[in-house]
Amino acid sequence: MKRIVIHEEHCIGCRLCEVHCLVQHSSSRDVIKAYRRERALIMPRLIVEESGPLSFALQCRQCDEPSCLEACISGAMHRDERTGAVVCDESRCVGCWMCIMVCPAGAIRQNLLGTHIASKCDLCYGAEEPACVANCPNGALTYEDIPDQEEGAA
Amino acid sequence: MRIVIIGNSATAVGAIESIREHDQSAEITVISDEGPMIYSRPMLSHYLAGEIDRARLAYRPSDFWTRHNVAVIADDAVVSIDPVGHSVETNSGRVIGYDRLLIATGGQPIVPPLPGLDLDGVFTFTRQGDATQLSRFLEGVNSPRALVVGGGMIGIKATDSLWKRGAHVTMVELAPMILAAALDGPASEMVCRLLRENGVDVRTENTVTEIHGEDGRVRYATLKDASTVECDVVVFGIGVRPNSGLANAAGLKVNRGICVDEFMRSSNPHIYAAGDVAEAYDLVVDMNRTVAIWPNAYRQGAIAGAHMVGIERPDPGGVAMNTVEVMGVPAMSIGNGNAPEEGHDVLVRLDESANVYRRLVLREGRLVGAILVGEIDRAGIYTGLIRNRIDVGQQRQRLLDGHMSLLSTPEQYRKHVVRGAGIEV
Repeated sequence: MKRIVIHEEHCIGCRLCEVHCLVQHSSSRDVIKAYRRERALIMPRLIVEESGPLSFALQCRQCDEPSCLEACISGAMHRDERTGAVVCDESRCVGCWMCIMVCPAGAIRQNLLGTHIASKCDLCYGAEEPACVANCPNGALTYEDIPDQEEGAA
Repeated sequence: MRIVIIGNSATAVGAIESIREHDQSAEITVISDEGPMIYSRPMLSHYLAGEIDRARLAYRPSDFWTRHNVAVIADDAVVSIDPVGHSVETNSGRVIGYDRLLIATGGQPIVPPLPGLDLDGVFTFTRQGDATQLSRFLEGVNSPRALVVGGGMIGIKATDSLWKRGAHVTMVELAPMILAAALDGPASEMVCRLLRENGVDVRTENTVTEIHGEDGRVRYATLKDASTVECDVVVFGIGVRPNSGLANAAGLKVNRGICVDEFMRSSNPHIYAAGDVAEAYDLVVDMNRTVAIWPNAYRQGAIAGAHMVGIERPDPGGVAMNTVEVMGVPAMSIGNGNAPEEGHDVLVRLDESANVYRRLVLREGRLVGAILVGEIDRAGIYTGLIRNRIDVGQQRQRLLDGHMSLLSTPEQYRKHVVRGAGIEV
């Protein structure tokens, strides 16, 4: 399946990915409205890690054997039949945080902005290219077809 | 290939999804003493609290059985296994043959023998039927008073749910502290304080010795210290013991749970066991033991299912872990989080006023456990370090301070996690 590949050596920590992720998951899909009116209720689905000159944007790694899927007590965490992506059905999530407890990348966050559910990357639901990738000015994120192997840990 | 699965919870689902990933032709029969609905046991507390309705208890949609081509025998218990004739017999007299059998019977709630258990208003809290009856019972009582027996995970979840339902709750725990199996002293005290501040009457080193009734209904209970507690309901949330009776009778090797190998095979090569009933490998304590948690149940089921249809996917082992939210404050215990300081390198961060506590336990430079209260953001990074036995001796202080980040982990490991599946560094 297609996965987002992170190239930390190209990341300049500009956080445009964060902005575009948030806009993509807003109802207005407009950067000004998303930040002015919706920011209190929505959050970006990726995390920008930063320490000194080193930075990279991290989203769900789309593990082949996802720990979050086996730990989810509600069945909200599932593989989308069409795209194969691991996504969270927010209407079924109860915010038990089991997925947060097991995700080795720490790529799932608590969304406590008026809700109480797990928030993660959904690869922009079958988009040709996720918003973070499409809007990275430096090629620090690419979207590539990577064959299934094993879960992303040593 | 005829596969029979006893039980219809997480383990059965894990097995079925894994079987069908590799094999469409195996005949699968699931036998359950409960209804055909696949519901989430850990979500019963959310249901009792009134946060979700019955429909949302569904762990998989109702068409799961047909979509995976599974025959279901519901509301009928398996009463015996014939390991020689390769068949099981049910309560209603059905005899079903198998080539491979998976025992996924889970655990049964521990209820100590004491007078008054037959009264209306005495409940356990592990099955949908229990939770539904308890919920209905509460609807018929004005400002109910509840006595919860057990201050472990189940007892705490029951307490929090009953509190959310508006009940006045007294909780008794035999040990000197609550959540003793998962937390250490300071974390336990923090949770205990949260409960007490919100009106829950927590009584440690105490338990119920007799339940007294009036007109067949619970009126009050006598405790070990001879005090009494007025209550309308008594909920047993002490814990579960492996439901291994069938395996015992069939002559399988059983310790506390059914003994299994890395493919979840029991001592009989045609019979597998997985989930709460199985004694499988725990990679933190480096031995087999029963750990009744949802992720283990699902994973072990998937491993058993795969092996039944010829796919060898050895179990890397489980990590005991759990999470609970008390009065809105989350608490997590991963691996050996409450290991003693002796023989371990223990790091602690406490901010009592903010209800934040973190305790990391290292052994020979490797993380073996973590307890987190309040701040649980990105806790899975710790779990990954434990599971992969990563040497973090150089990063120990960074792991404790501030917000958890992959940048606090060793560079090689970080790169491996960040690059993700299918990409080598």
